[in-house]
Amino acid sequence: MSVLVFIPHIQENPSKAQVELLTYSAHIAQAQNLPLVLLTGQKISLGAYGVDKLVQLANLEQMETALLAMQTLAKQENASTIILGWDDFGKALAPLLSAKLKAGLVAGAISLPNAEGLVQKAVFSGKAFVSIQIKTAIKIIALMPNSVGVQTVAEKNTAFAELTVQTPAIRVRVVNVQKPEHAGISLQDAELVVSAGRGLKAPENWGIVEDLANALGAATACSRPVADAHWRPHHEHVGQTGVAIRPNLYIAVGVSGAIQHLAGVNNSKVIVVINNDSEAPFFKAANYGVVGDAFEVLPKLTAAVKAFKNQ
Amino acid sequence: MNFLVCISKVPDTTSKIEFVENGTKFNEEGVQFILNPYDEWYALVRALELKETLGGSVTVLSVGKEDYEPILRKALAIGADGAVRIDAEPLDAYFVAEQIAQYAQTKSFDVILVGKESIQHNGMQVGAMISAILDWAYVPLATSLNLADKTATLTQDQTAGAVATLQADFPLVISASKGMAEQRIPNMKGIMAARTKPLEVLPSFSAEALTAFVGYELPAAKTGCKMIDADNMQELVRLLHQEAKVI
Ligand SMILES: Cc1cc2nc3c(=O)[nH]c(=O)nc-3n(C[C@H](O)[C@H](O)[C@H](O)COP(=O)(O)OP(=O)(O)OC[C@H]3O[C@@H](n4cnc5c(N)ncnc54)[C@H](O)[C@@H]3O)c2cc1C
Repeated sequence: MSVLVFIPHIQENPSKAQVELLTYSAHIAQAQNLPLVLLTGQKISLGAYGVDKLVQLANLEQMETALLAMQTLAKQENASTIILGWDDFGKALAPLLSAKLKAGLVAGAISLPNAEGLVQKAVFSGKAFVSIQIKTAIKIIALMPNSVGVQTVAEKNTAFAELTVQTPAIRVRVVNVQKPEHAGISLQDAELVVSAGRGLKAPENWGIVEDLANALGAATACSRPVADAHWRPHHEHVGQTGVAIRPNLYIAVGVSGAIQHLAGVNNSKVIVVINNDSEAPFFKAANYGVVGDAFEVLPKLTAAVKAFKNQ
Repeated sequence: MNFLVCISKVPDTTSKIEFVENGTKFNEEGVQFILNPYDEWYALVRALELKETLGGSVTVLSVGKEDYEPILRKALAIGADGAVRIDAEPLDAYFVAEQIAQYAQTKSFDVILVGKESIQHNGMQVGAMISAILDWAYVPLATSLNLADKTATLTQDQTAGAVATLQADFPLVISASKGMAEQRIPNMKGIMAARTKPLEVLPSFSAEALTAFVGYELPAAKTGCKMIDADNMQELVRLLHQEAKVI
């Protein structure tokens, strides 16, 4: 038996989310005394993250190929636990694999399995958590980024192997991918997020939000009405009907804190609220609050952050 | 083009989230249930728009008990031609996907649409699972959908604002995300018409659940908000660094 983890593309210095995923998997493998097998596109040394065996295959960014490869490898390696990241790719691959293998899935896990093997995930759009029991012999866990942090694991000597699979029928083709002019930090992976709402009054006022985000190295987000009015791109919309995030720091400026907004962000570790209305509901969900006009407070906060960074 | 739109019922977004029976059950008392926004605003409305230009039919389907009938009636009022309820407790995503897939196998749909997720379970699983069981093409998180002779053209938001344009073959399962359509409010005529449209109730198909929801918990309440003077942003930065340790 083995624990199998999937990362379509990995580099010499893996991203924080990838290190979290690898060490999460290694932790489970070590607890069960099983080898950790990684399927990925590159051949690099990952022993420091507890990888016992790296199996390489090209084209893993292609969904049908990834699905077939994971089905094949799960069988070859007799995998008892399969782990993927709950990112754009994993959100599609994990449930496909679950149905193909008839193996139960925790979609968007935020914990390691407990002593009974239960794994937690957020439900009710972040307003609650549920513990899920996987009833099948093969268990699939798709881990939400930035949820358990990096685990300490024993270093391993990684063995290398290659996989060959038949070319599957490709029924969904990518015609083109349009990248935005300024590729900011991806909201899903961001540890720090600066978010603004209708309190900013107009799209041309976002400079002060971006200045703070740049000073912090943070991603930017917005409330739904802001995205609906096309003041900001849709992918920045957080909340119940937008993206759900759990960064270490969420700074909300000129956002009232409606329940649907909170749903997507209230699992952030620390929340700072800046609002000129001391009665704004968001203060109830905040760790730190500033009552003041965004147009005055933001430049001051940005200056303070810059001074701190220059120390 | 024949569309099947899978719809589910969820607590209204302002509902109080509470659990009873030792944290094993969601307290439905006083909770208003609505049609899941992603299913209603995007999947259903886009299917109706496409049917209106291309011809064909839109069938809505729920896996659930009698308490799912109000949302099926609402979907009929918005414009669906027919509704089907598979009479089973929706045990988990795989169980639901099996019911839908087995039903679809007895019909001839070209496209199955689901909302990207239910705002109750946030699983994003059912669409993918239906496609895997039926061995149909699958496009998750689509923000637009257009259909031509033998292919569908879709867009999909990717990380950091990238937008992918995809082409997919029929038959096809699509999970619908924000942007695919605009919400439609049912009018009086639609509501009247819905009363006479067919709502078929079918016995459940044989299938098993792969997972079980064992117990719920609420997030730890914030211990109170520390207020910082608007003129002292150095203090906020100090607290974020030294106390909260997030910068
Ligand atoms: C089904 C449903 C789903 C929804 N999903 C979402 C969702 O996913 N995400 C989401 O965000 N919303 C969602 N909403 C909308 C939500 O209910 C709120 O309407 C929305 O979040 C409000 O956005 P806002 O806070 O930017 O604007 P407002 O509520 O208008 O708040 C603006 C805030 O800015 C403050 N302000 C004004 N001027 C200043 C200033 N100069 N300086 C500082 N502060 C200032 C005000 O005091 C106020 O608190 C949903 C609603 C429904 C019904």
